[in-house]
Amino acid sequence: MDFILQPWAWYVGGPLISISLLLYFYFGKNFGASTNFETLCTMAGAGNFSDYFKKDWKQRDFALLFVVGLIIGGFISSNFLIPEQIIDLNPTTVQELTDLGFANAGNQYFPDEIFGSEIYTSLKGFLILIISGVLIGFGTRYAGGCTSGHAITGLSSLQFPSLLAVIGFFIGGIIATWFIIPIIF
Amino acid sequence: MVYNSNYILDMKNIKFLFLGIFFAIVLSKTEAISWYRFYEMFKFQSFHMFGIIGGAVVISMIFMQLFKKGIIKDINGNKIIPKPKKKGFISTILGGTLFGLGWGISGACAAPIFVILGFKLIPALIILFGALLGAFLYGLVSNKLPN
Repeated sequence: MDFILQPWAWYVGGPLISISLLLYFYFGKNFGASTNFETLCTMAGAGNFSDYFKKDWKQRDFALLFVVGLIIGGFISSNFLIPEQIIDLNPTTVQELTDLGFANAGNQYFPDEIFGSEIYTSLKGFLILIISGVLIGFGTRYAGGCTSGHAITGLSSLQFPSLLAVIGFFIGGIIATWFIIPIIF
Repeated sequence: MVYNSNYILDMKNIKFLFLGIFFAIVLSKTEAISWYRFYEMFKFQSFHMFGIIGGAVVISMIFMQLFKKGIIKDINGNKIIPKPKKKGFISTILGGTLFGLGWGISGACAAPIFVILGFKLIPALIILFGALLGAFLYGLVSNKLPN
């Protein structure tokens, strides 16, 4: 039980993610997460606006069940499996974030500065989340995958486009954390 | 008791629900949904996320070889062939970069957005709404974009 409640090390996480991929393929489907954004658009009636969304979402009921599982799993984890949401961050990271004005760096999973009550009170807080979301949705669809589909499935099956995509992920992520975060905070 | 075929089909896919729960717990317990962990990764200040993603890629490579050689087949006995990714230099690099920007700012990538709903419901809903809007915009302009 103690192991369950402790944070899991990287060498536990890597293999367990691979096992998830293995099971997904064993169950007969292609591992990935971002196609679901498209499927949810289709369900919401996006097919009325573009033929791109004229697809049969029932073909993807397995993926929707996976998504529901992700939500349930997140709920179980946050309420029962992580008694203290403390992250053992690099002290340099903590110092850097403190200098940027982030209080409690590492003493929670999600910074209050982005996930806290500011989203209700300031337009900036709301825009940070919604614009990030638009970039995630648009970018994953344009690139044809996300961390699961490109970085893990694509790289491990030696697909060249996935290498390009992962290079792109890092270009974007580095610009965001080295330049954009210091500007907006 | 007689079940109709739709019902059986649903039950067959229920395993994906459990797999989703398992995957979410793995991501949560290894901190791979935490904004801080991704910030640290993009600033190259910790090995943690590189270890997780790198480890997952290396072990998955072994599975991919076993799929290719037909040693591991799927549940129906069919050969497992990962879907080929669409090609296109500009689309993958540019799309990847846009996604990376959103990921770097919000600390959320695709699967974790759904997991974070269980942690921070309203903020995650806003990100999810944005992601659906983004996917919708892509669908509208997809045939006008360079590949």
